[in-house]
Amino acid sequence: MTDTKSNPESADAMPPPPRRNESQVTVALRELRKAPLSAKIGLLIIVTYIFVAIFAPAIAPYGESEIVGPQFDLWSDTNLLGTDHLGRDMLTRLIYGARNTVGIALITTLLAFVLGGTCGILAAVFSGWIDQLLSRVVDVLMAIPSLIFAMLLLTIFGTSIVNLVLIIGILDSTRVFRIARAVSLNVVVMDFIESARLRGEGFAWITMREVLPNIMPPLVAEFGLRFCFVFLTISALSFLGLGIQPPTADWGSMVRDTSTLITYGDITPLLPAAAIAILTIGVNFVVDWFLHKTSGLKEEH
Amino acid sequence: MLLQRLSLGLITLFVVSLIIFLGVSLLPGDAAQAMLGQSATPETVAALRKQMGLDQPGYIRYFTWLGGILQGDFGVSISNKREIAELLGTRFSNTIFLAVFAAIIAVPLALALGIMAALHRNSIYDRSVNVITLSSISTPEFFVAYILILFISVKAGWFPSLANVSPDTPFVERLSKCFLPALTLTLVVVAHMMRMTRAAIINLLASPYIEMAALKGIRKLRIITRHALPNAWAPIINVIVLNLAYLIVGVVVVEVVFVYPGLGQLLVDSVQRRDLPVVQACCLIFAATYVLLNLTADILSILTNPRLLHPK
Amino acid sequence: MSKLTKLEQELRAGRLSRRDFLQATSALGLGAVAPSLLSPAYAAPNKGGKMTVGLGHGSTTDSLDPGTYENDFMIGSAFARFNFLTEISNSGELVGELAESWEVTPDAKEWTFKLRSGVEFHNGQSLTAEDVVNSINHHKGEESTSAAKPIVDPITDIKADGDTVTFVLEAGNADFPFLVSDYHLAIMPSKDGKPDWESAVGTGPYMKDSFEPGVNLKLKRNPNYWKEGAAHFDEAELIVIADVAARTNALNTGEIDMMDRCDIKTLHLLQRNKNVVIEEISGNGHYTIPMRTHLEPFNDNNIRLALKYALDRENMLQTVLGGHGSIGNDHPIGKGQRYYAADLPQKSYDPDKAKFYLKEAGLSSLDVDLSAADAAFAGAVDAAQIYQENAAKAGININVIREPADGYWSNVWNSDNRGWCFSYWGGRPTEDWMFSTAYASGASWNESAWENEEFNKLLVAGRSELDESKRRDMYVEMQRLCSDEGGSVVPLFNNYIHATSTKIAHDENMATNWANDGQRYLERWWFA
Repeated sequence: MTDTKSNPESADAMPPPPRRNESQVTVALRELRKAPLSAKIGLLIIVTYIFVAIFAPAIAPYGESEIVGPQFDLWSDTNLLGTDHLGRDMLTRLIYGARNTVGIALITTLLAFVLGGTCGILAAVFSGWIDQLLSRVVDVLMAIPSLIFAMLLLTIFGTSIVNLVLIIGILDSTRVFRIARAVSLNVVVMDFIESARLRGEGFAWITMREVLPNIMPPLVAEFGLRFCFVFLTISALSFLGLGIQPPTADWGSMVRDTSTLITYGDITPLLPAAAIAILTIGVNFVVDWFLHKTSGLKEEH
Repeated sequence: MLLQRLSLGLITLFVVSLIIFLGVSLLPGDAAQAMLGQSATPETVAALRKQMGLDQPGYIRYFTWLGGILQGDFGVSISNKREIAELLGTRFSNTIFLAVFAAIIAVPLALALGIMAALHRNSIYDRSVNVITLSSISTPEFFVAYILILFISVKAGWFPSLANVSPDTPFVERLSKCFLPALTLTLVVVAHMMRMTRAAIINLLASPYIEMAALKGIRKLRIITRHALPNAWAPIINVIVLNLAYLIVGVVVVEVVFVYPGLGQLLVDSVQRRDLPVVQACCLIFAATYVLLNLTADILSILTNPRLLHPK
Repeated sequence: MSKLTKLEQELRAGRLSRRDFLQATSALGLGAVAPSLLSPAYAAPNKGGKMTVGLGHGSTTDSLDPGTYENDFMIGSAFARFNFLTEISNSGELVGELAESWEVTPDAKEWTFKLRSGVEFHNGQSLTAEDVVNSINHHKGEESTSAAKPIVDPITDIKADGDTVTFVLEAGNADFPFLVSDYHLAIMPSKDGKPDWESAVGTGPYMKDSFEPGVNLKLKRNPNYWKEGAAHFDEAELIVIADVAARTNALNTGEIDMMDRCDIKTLHLLQRNKNVVIEEISGNGHYTIPMRTHLEPFNDNNIRLALKYALDRENMLQTVLGGHGSIGNDHPIGKGQRYYAADLPQKSYDPDKAKFYLKEAGLSSLDVDLSAADAAFAGAVDAAQIYQENAAKAGININVIREPADGYWSNVWNSDNRGWCFSYWGGRPTEDWMFSTAYASGASWNESAWENEEFNKLLVAGRSELDESKRRDMYVEMQRLCSDEGGSVVPLFNNYIHATSTKIAHDENMATNWANDGQRYLERWWFA
């Protein structure tokens, strides 16, 4: 919240340029101290989730699929958050869910961004037939309803985690491609790109030094949301029997399994839903902070 | 150029139809088996296959189908022999109605929220809008729907929980029946558009010309709407189009929960039954919608960016 | 008096006209007790109103062709629009519907049905014996794609003669009149010598107003319906509401008057609603977990027994069905059926016994794959996970594979691609029908690929046996064979659970052959 007081007209606080003799870690730590409260909360959430994900077997009171009591047991000392529809400990399932759901969603989102982002910039910078080719391929992929397409592919290729990641990653990369291409197009017509080209700089240089920094903010904003869309896609596929296989705990299936309870005002299904929501909010708080910083850095040009 | 894009669109449709055909053909099991389900015996499956024309090689079936499409004939559903054009007609208009209804609420709302958030960035307002929209977007949509039904329909009784409209439903009743599905969809799509609006505007606020405008003492709201927004349209339009496409193509879950007779449910059912002509027709409609929306987005992006209008 | 009770039931269920009832009772010398029964409050339930029903089944690919009916939506619509030769009454007896009476030759091979006279189709056509012949032939023959083909294929000849229809069977079948009550075998009017199913016309209690597959079916009362004391609603609408929460909400808000397939997990919460009545019927529907008995390791009966003892059925019943059902004994015959083997020892959870049989098979531990999808039945994946937990205590590692619901019946079930998977049977009204369908050698739905010589011999002998007590012994023995040597674990029999608004009333009895009062709710129920 400290930032609200800084000059609102110039959009953002201007961090001093890093000095050469400082290590990256020192810079990062200093930036972190200056980060607004929301970003700190966001980071804390992400770190907690990662910690829980990594150490799930150590933290969880029971085994992942162990049946420990009657179904839909109330909150108690032995089962802190009660039990699910099979009598498994809710807290344990949530903890293991972090490991399964977050890991897969993160890898998938990264894949989508690397693939979609690279192709998008490629298309914008080179234009011409490369742009045409990539854009048409993406058009075709996007024109097919993605849930149906994912369903088709998973049924054909089988439902392993690797296939799940690859298929959702590739389908989602088309969305990233469009955004990346659109914002890059705005940038590549700028004079500084033109001059870089006239200087004879290569694609890699132009991309890394000129295009990427300028299109980063919308891409990062998109990242935060894509991450959460991947969650939802996986949960929708789990519902169709094509997602993560039971008894593996994942939050999407957990919401689905208990969702009818909400009709009667029981809050059990809110727990996994909240687990997803809190992480999404945390990620996006951090994303906002990056957004903030990158847009501030841009002023140095 | 428009003509070129349109013909490209047609090629896209063709490729889509080819991919869908191959995809459905590669699926294990066929329409005959799917239709007989648990009661399939080898003899009945064979007889049904013959009746459905599934004993012909794939490419012949594809070209027969393509020939029909080129003459404007969508063919008949293989599972219940109904004319596909008739089958899709009302459902497509239902889908469009719901999408438009949701878009009319969602797009202005998202733009307004996004602009306000950019204007008051990092304020309490910004943060809370963020948290609320992010929570709504990260909750599976069927769950959002259940919560809305619980409070608005079961507890308060303001709107019905079933959106089972038929072609002869009067307009006002239709609006009331579709209100909850439209609201659900709004909650699902608004966060994406709102955040992109905010991000795109903030991205531009650091540009020298905005600084200049600020230095000139122009009011913040005016700076955003008159100076920043026109240059931020490209990514915003793209996200809006993506979400409009989603409102048409991706609403099967909402259709199921509210029992809304749209295209999504038909498509899922038909994939499960391997009813290829119906799957093809649905996918083509979705693809065509998507191509048209995209074309619109590209044209709008170019129109809003003078530099793209006159490439060097 | 028992004769009178029966007549009363018949009258209430509408299978006896009031005049027939009076004649019958006066013949018994009991005419004097009748009038109270014939008072309007009892004999004629309220007429009128529009019944709106929310059903969990129904697909956009549904067809009006009776040969294709396979879900509750179309089954309910069949009983609303059509009549059949025979009917299972709401007290579980076989009674004539379009057939007034029937006769059989001593070898149980030739069955002659006498048709009711003066019955009209919705379009005004009169019912003839030819219509019956055409309607049954619709499911027969090489070209047939009907799900009822296995039922009618043993019929070698069908003859129409005046108002009678004669069926000649390949081999004797004492249960044939039960078979023709099947919901596929609807009697349709003929058009150019073929049954006309496109028009949806039948002789049944309601006429089609409009039909949108996977959405709804609107019906109007058939003003000329021949059956008295039946079809009380003026109008009815069946709506497909696939999502159980949506169905429950619609019932809670009063948008529908009845829902089927209630959510068991939240049943106790639904009970709180004072305007809703929950009704349970324990029928013959059951879950099976068939092992392909000709594949490793299931070809060893010790392994099969080990797996049968490694399951805590009570636990599965409580968890998957919330107690709304009963545990099975590894054979498919329900408690309500004629020849149910009540004295057969119940298999129960016994890890030591399971270990014992494992040792008998020469193993100390076992790894098996178990395929499940909720396409088999809601909760199949949960059931698999419970099995997994239970069996672990007996040294058996079950690896649960969640299969795609899409294509489950064609790719997973009844195929050698998988050794062990989940399945569901709606149950059949007769023992022979059930066994012949899913346990007989060579039957195409013999899901466990079970070949047991003794069993198959008994099955053929029992089919044409007309001596009740001999027949009973045979069927009891067949149940024992299934239980001790069969390839299917039959863990549970599920109850059919539906809920109605308190406005709906019906007879004291409800049929158990199918869910929702034998799926004849539109014909039998009324608004109180």
